[in-house]
Amino acid sequence: MLAKRIIPCLDIRDGRVVKGVNFVDLIDAGDPVEQARAYEAQGADELTFLDITASHEARDTVGELVKRVGEQVFMPMTVGGGIRTAADVRRMLNAGADKVSINTAALLDPGIIDEASAFYGCQCIIVAIDARRNDRGGWTVYTHGGRKPTERDAIAWAREVVDRGAGEILLTSMDADGTKDGYDLELTRTVAEAVSVPVIASGGAGTLEHLAEALTIGKADAVLAASIFHFGTFTIGEAKAYLREKGLEIRI
Amino acid sequence: MIGVLDYGMGNLGSVLNTCRKLEIPAKLISSPEGMEDLHGILMPGQGAFRDCMSHLRDHGFVDPLCAWVAENRPFFGICMGLQVLFEDSEESPGVDGLGILPGTVRRFKPSDTLKVPQMGWNRVRWTQKQSFFPEALHDRHFYFVHSYYVPITNVEGTDVDWAGGITSYGIDYVSAISFGECHAVQFHPEKSQRDGLALIRAFADRVNHLQNPQPENPS
Repeated sequence: MLAKRIIPCLDIRDGRVVKGVNFVDLIDAGDPVEQARAYEAQGADELTFLDITASHEARDTVGELVKRVGEQVFMPMTVGGGIRTAADVRRMLNAGADKVSINTAALLDPGIIDEASAFYGCQCIIVAIDARRNDRGGWTVYTHGGRKPTERDAIAWAREVVDRGAGEILLTSMDADGTKDGYDLELTRTVAEAVSVPVIASGGAGTLEHLAEALTIGKADAVLAASIFHFGTFTIGEAKAYLREKGLEIRI
Repeated sequence: MIGVLDYGMGNLGSVLNTCRKLEIPAKLISSPEGMEDLHGILMPGQGAFRDCMSHLRDHGFVDPLCAWVAENRPFFGICMGLQVLFEDSEESPGVDGLGILPGTVRRFKPSDTLKVPQMGWNRVRWTQKQSFFPEALHDRHFYFVHSYYVPITNVEGTDVDWAGGITSYGIDYVSAISFGECHAVQFHPEKSQRDGLALIRAFADRVNHLQNPQPENPS
């Protein structure tokens, strides 16, 4: 049986980790290679790098970073943030990323999903969806890190991106994100049931129970978390042991 | 020396990184002429069946590869490097595979409980008594990314037991093959951390052993 995945997310600015795990034994906590190795040692199933670099010129540093991490760490890596064109996708894949996550660019020009997926295969194209509850009982898609609402319904958009060739969906609840009150389980489950590709739940994890809920009630295939791992609240190993005890298939 | 087949199908960086990490001498091979002084071939593969085959054809690799395997020289295929060993695939109807093994590669059928592609870590159970695959890695998790699979029924009617590993994803299917010195896996050992690296190590050790056979311990 396929194991549920635990995916830590590292925020990257100008090629350095700005929000990563706080291991006491790290010589340089800002070094992505050290962070990635620490997560590999803990048993992370994948790594996601979220590029929050402001200037476009500094973007190549992420490609360089992925290349350096790939020389030392042997697990799937996703790069997201600032991917605008099919050329950006290519650059990241050539640098050694296994998957590239597209968000705002896909909303501005959905054709980029078709183009990138046809060329590189659906398995390496993730579409990230930032959704917020609306007063009509549904969820609205937001862009620009959750600041700008679109006209799009999150469920319809999820279906569309899969039809266009997305191989996976990274779903973030903007309501839950940062609250540590748990994932938006209804949103997660609705999207997971609406599409035929894997769904990664993101936003709101504060306890290990939250992870379990997203994977069971929310029907997510994977959970992405930042804070609970970065601040050392829990290790990946502790999370995995807990989820295994709950009867979930987990890789140890 | 192990050759990593470079036939224009994307990034070979992670396979080369793995070899470097394990200190396995390896070089990229982009034409059949380069195969002559090799002791083993590593064949990664990604993308669609059709593209993979047409690139192999364009690089002139089809006949030399079939000959290589027929001569029982060490081969290790990864992902699409496993699928193209078969006759054809539902992914690209009408396109001939290498045809070294019988049958068609099929597509997973998505359902409420089955996501396609299969993406993530799944277990592999070795099935052969005398297996190339290390016992210590039996029933361990490896990283998979694929939408097409080799049905167990492909094994029926063949004299050689080439199915080396079975994985469950909705159905049981062949996730690893092994006959003679020809081995291939559907998953990505180069992305499967310690256990994946151990598998590449096992192949390199096998190649070494065939090059420099150690006398049996008389005791």
